[in-house]
Amino acid sequence: MLTARIIPCLDVADGRVVKGVRFQGLRDAGDPAERAWLYEAQGADEIVILDVSATPEARAHGLDVIDQVRQGLSIPLTVGGGVRKIDDAAAFLDAGADKVSINTAAVADPGLVAAIAERFGSQCCVVAIDAAMREGRFEVLVKGGREGTGLDAVAWAKQVAELGAGEILLTSWDRDGTRSGYDLSLTAVVATASRLPVIASGGAANAQHLAEAFAAGADAVLAASIFHDDETTVGAIKQELAAMGVRVRL
Amino acid sequence: MSAAEVVVVPTGTANLASIRAAFRRLGAAVVESLEAERIAQASHVVLPGVGAFAASIAPLRASGADAALVARIAADRPTLAVCVGHQLLFERSDESPGVLGLGVVPAQVGRFGGDVRIPQFGWNEVTGEGRLLRSGFAYFANSYRATEAPGWTVAMADHGGPFVAAMERGNVLTCQFHPELSGAYGCDLLAAWLAC
Repeated sequence: MLTARIIPCLDVADGRVVKGVRFQGLRDAGDPAERAWLYEAQGADEIVILDVSATPEARAHGLDVIDQVRQGLSIPLTVGGGVRKIDDAAAFLDAGADKVSINTAAVADPGLVAAIAERFGSQCCVVAIDAAMREGRFEVLVKGGREGTGLDAVAWAKQVAELGAGEILLTSWDRDGTRSGYDLSLTAVVATASRLPVIASGGAANAQHLAEAFAAGADAVLAASIFHDDETTVGAIKQELAAMGVRVRL
Repeated sequence: MSAAEVVVVPTGTANLASIRAAFRRLGAAVVESLEAERIAQASHVVLPGVGAFAASIAPLRASGADAALVARIAADRPTLAVCVGHQLLFERSDESPGVLGLGVVPAQVGRFGGDVRIPQFGWNEVTGEGRLLRSGFAYFANSYRATEAPGWTVAMADHGGPFVAAMERGNVLTCQFHPELSGAYGCDLLAAWLAC
């Protein structure tokens, strides 16, 4: 039986980990490789790196970061941010990623999901869906949550499953940065509709929030600031989850 | 003793960065080759494999690597197969009807059954001890699996029913999971095999 996965997320810009509500008020949180290796040592099940660099030059530097992280990391690494075409995905995989996460480009060109799944396998293909409640339904947002698409998040999740996506990284922009817990109804409805493993993201502040997301149907949970701030460790969170009856890898 | 050289057999579009990094951390040099002669001579050979059963075996058939692999396994030379590479050792797979595997193991590979998510993505508990194998948690990413491996020492896991998580016979080790992505558990297993 699979265990519930805990995935620390590193937002990286210009070769450094940044934190804060994404893209706003960025603060330096250290070296990506050191952070990733520390989290593995603490018991992280996977690592996600999202390159939020603003320029192409900084993105090229991001490949060096991935290579450096990989050399010392022996758990799965997912990389996203700025994947526009299949060559971008290939570059991330060559640099040491095990999976590639695509977001805005998938909405613009759903064929990219199928192309990545076909060439590298569904196990490589993570589709990131950013969603927020708008007029009574969950709408897909792109461009770092700044732009609505009119797409229904549940219908989109079903579509990417049919296109060959292997996992969905699901971020609630209503919850991201709020520390009020994951959006459980969003998590539940997308997990049920897509039948894909869902990584819940946005809003975590404590172990109780993580346990709620698993109960709602998430296979994995993403968290950033609670680990970057050294408020707690992955290991401590896992101990708390185990005590609540969540099956985790200890 | 000089550092071991590990020959990795590329079976298509498999991403080899993680397996390279894992062996580099263990002090081994990694080279890639599909050449039958190279595979026959190497002290240690790794058969990875990501993607479909048929697409993974095709380059082995084309280069003659298939016979070289079967021969070295029969001769008990240190050989490691991972994920789809592990499945290629069986007779056939439901994933690619009509396509023959290497046929080293007299059993077949089927799709996960039961009410579970497919693919299986994540960490599952592996149970079973051998000369190399230990119980622990390992990282899986697969839709197909074998449920038996006659003649081999197996470690099992459960996803909608028990399946073969790994198996060993002498110096040959094969894993349905990814040892290169399975943290300290996987590192220990790779180190034990490298010492064969």
